[in-house]
Amino acid sequence: MHTETHTGLESPKGIWWKPAHKSEKVWVGIAFAWCMVLFAMMPLWHWKGGQNPSGIRRRVEPAAFFARTQEFIQQYQVDTDRGMPIVAPPPGSDIYLTGMSFQWTPILKLQKGAEYILHLSALDVNHGFSLYPINVNFQVIPGYDYGLRITPNASGDFRIICNEFCGIGHHTMVGRVIVEDAPATGTPGTGGTP
Amino acid sequence: MTAPAATFRTCPVTTRRIHDQAESLVKINAVVSVVALLIGAIAAVLIVLTRWQAVHLLSATWFYRLLGVHGMSMLIFFIVFFEMAVLYFASTALINARLVAPKLAWFSFLLMLGGAVLVEAMMWGGKADVLFTSYVPLRASPAYYLGIILFAVGALIVTGIFFANLVVAKREKRYEGSLPLVVYGAVTAAIITVITLLHGAAIYIPTFLWSLGLMHVDPQVYRMVWWGLGHSSQQINVAAMVAIWYMLGGLTIGAVVLNEKISRSAFVLYVLFISMASAHHLLVDPGMGPAWKVVNTSYFMYMAVLASMIHGFTVPAGMELGMRLRGYTNGMFDWLRRAPWHDPGFSSLVLSVVVFGFVGGITGVTIGTEQINIIVHNTLRVPGHFHATVVSGTAMAFMGATYYLIPLVFQKRVAFWRMAQWQPYIFAGGMFIFTLSMTFAGSFGVPRRHWDITFSQAPFDVPFSPVVDLVLAVVAVGGLLAATGAFMFVAIAVASVFFGKPLGEITKGTAMVGVPQGITHPPVHAADVDARNAALHAPGRGIMGPAPGTIVLVFVFLAAFILYFFVNWKILSFVWKIG
Repeated sequence: MHTETHTGLESPKGIWWKPAHKSEKVWVGIAFAWCMVLFAMMPLWHWKGGQNPSGIRRRVEPAAFFARTQEFIQQYQVDTDRGMPIVAPPPGSDIYLTGMSFQWTPILKLQKGAEYILHLSALDVNHGFSLYPINVNFQVIPGYDYGLRITPNASGDFRIICNEFCGIGHHTMVGRVIVEDAPATGTPGTGGTP
Repeated sequence: MTAPAATFRTCPVTTRRIHDQAESLVKINAVVSVVALLIGAIAAVLIVLTRWQAVHLLSATWFYRLLGVHGMSMLIFFIVFFEMAVLYFASTALINARLVAPKLAWFSFLLMLGGAVLVEAMMWGGKADVLFTSYVPLRASPAYYLGIILFAVGALIVTGIFFANLVVAKREKRYEGSLPLVVYGAVTAAIITVITLLHGAAIYIPTFLWSLGLMHVDPQVYRMVWWGLGHSSQQINVAAMVAIWYMLGGLTIGAVVLNEKISRSAFVLYVLFISMASAHHLLVDPGMGPAWKVVNTSYFMYMAVLASMIHGFTVPAGMELGMRLRGYTNGMFDWLRRAPWHDPGFSSLVLSVVVFGFVGGITGVTIGTEQINIIVHNTLRVPGHFHATVVSGTAMAFMGATYYLIPLVFQKRVAFWRMAQWQPYIFAGGMFIFTLSMTFAGSFGVPRRHWDITFSQAPFDVPFSPVVDLVLAVVAVGGLLAATGAFMFVAIAVASVFFGKPLGEITKGTAMVGVPQGITHPPVHAADVDARNAALHAPGRGIMGPAPGTIVLVFVFLAAFILYFFVNWKILSFVWKIG
């Protein structure tokens, strides 16, 4: 049965399609089963899990997206920090963040426990949205609007690091997200924590 | 094509026929490859000394510039030139065949060299500060894209010559039966090379035209097609590396092929599914939907992962069985304890298998999961993963192969022999520290490709935990140790090839300085090897079969895999709800 013992450097003679030893078959079977588990986890998480990168995705002209961001800023601006507008949109609204070399605009002020649709896009080149210190990361591409439903689960003062190389000033590109605990007073709409 | 006058010599060690033209091309490609390794390693030292925040050596401009140089020199020029050497070697010397088109082969070499020099000149001259990936609309000088195209065309021609060599060898009856498994593995690497280079043409030709202002290239489409080149080229490395695992196993300890059917089927799975790997890089991109991401990132239900898990069993099991057939039959791990650990070919092989599997493989599959990628994308976990695959895995295997190519092809003794015996441990040890600490730093959200994580010039502070500073210092120490290993390798290779002692007469059974033990003590099997093999496969030995030690090892691996995978899901479940 097991004839022609040889190394991988030698040509196998005759027909090499022979049955494998049981131990080898068992390992292939276990490895296959594990691969199915690896695969099943992804659809399962879409169904039961809370973190998926699906979002609402559409093409957009970079200039049009930037104009929409400016409109959003005018609508909800409450303050400025270092010349950058701070924007406090009501819970449940669509919010816009534009990445450009080398800044994120605007600063977002959100409420803990409220859902928003965060639209990400870039004005010029690829950027990387990396929320510090939560460590949540998305690719931001000019010409594409990535609308992600987000629900902050903790209050605090967060940062947005750019983690896609966008030019020599890449490391200076930092934005800011503020998440507040209590529902803001006087906010119209569906405010409040669930 | 009529056979030109070809000059052959017979290898005194393996008794195979070696064509002089093929041998020259193996040599020249290997030499250029080592030069690229040297350039890449110098850049690596400067980069790690910059990311070590306490040292912070380079300016921002030179940091990003040299990061590009490091990527192209290592991942493209070092590895692809070496793979060209592997293709020439596998399609000629391993099967007693000749190189069919020497002039075309030299032409393609010059094309590749010209392209590589052009790319390096553009990068060093500051005309291509776009990093390895050159995502449009970041713009480099058109000459940069042209250089890559020339290089790729040259590599494509070599792949064609490789297939032609095999066809002619078959027709001229240079070998009997099927191709050896090692050559079969090289064939799969060559097929994946063709797939990869076609993606390369599909992206770099339009990008070249875009850089001249002649057409538009969509940034998302660029990312998708570019990664058909960028990730698939890493699958060439995997296939070539696994072929070299089988080769080094055979050369160093007489590793046998457990079952040709299983090993070859695993190689076929690579060809069928591995070019879907582009998706790994687009999991948190806006251009693709979840169904596309899930199907592609899993190589259609993890069939390529299955292939690697199969090789991860058959390679060590073949080594174990090879040792047992040579009489090392005691207990579970006597074969491993009594293996030639002082042979740099053997230690490279084992270190390559272990670090590739345990660090590179487990982290790669985990971070390439659609949702887990949210907490990984573009952090230091990504380079932490691929340095474990492509450096500790592929580069380590190529270095191990070089310790045998120096005597077998260059007919020289390995210089600085004591240093060569240490080199794999230093290189792999450094890389092990480097990749693990990088992965750890990345889990704090530390970005990759970043000059300054103290954000001293940024409008807002980002107060990373002091632990991160410490971990980045460890990254630097690991990186410098690995770079030391790389410089040792370059010194050994250059000194052996250009100034080395001729190999001279080999007396079988007598150890020689500068000659690996697989050559002085060929691991031949006894005449009754088939009977011994049958006994080791006997039903009485039970389910553990002919390689019980390996069974234990692969289950340790599986346990580590399962643990790491589910810990990552747990960590993901703590972050904000996103959908």
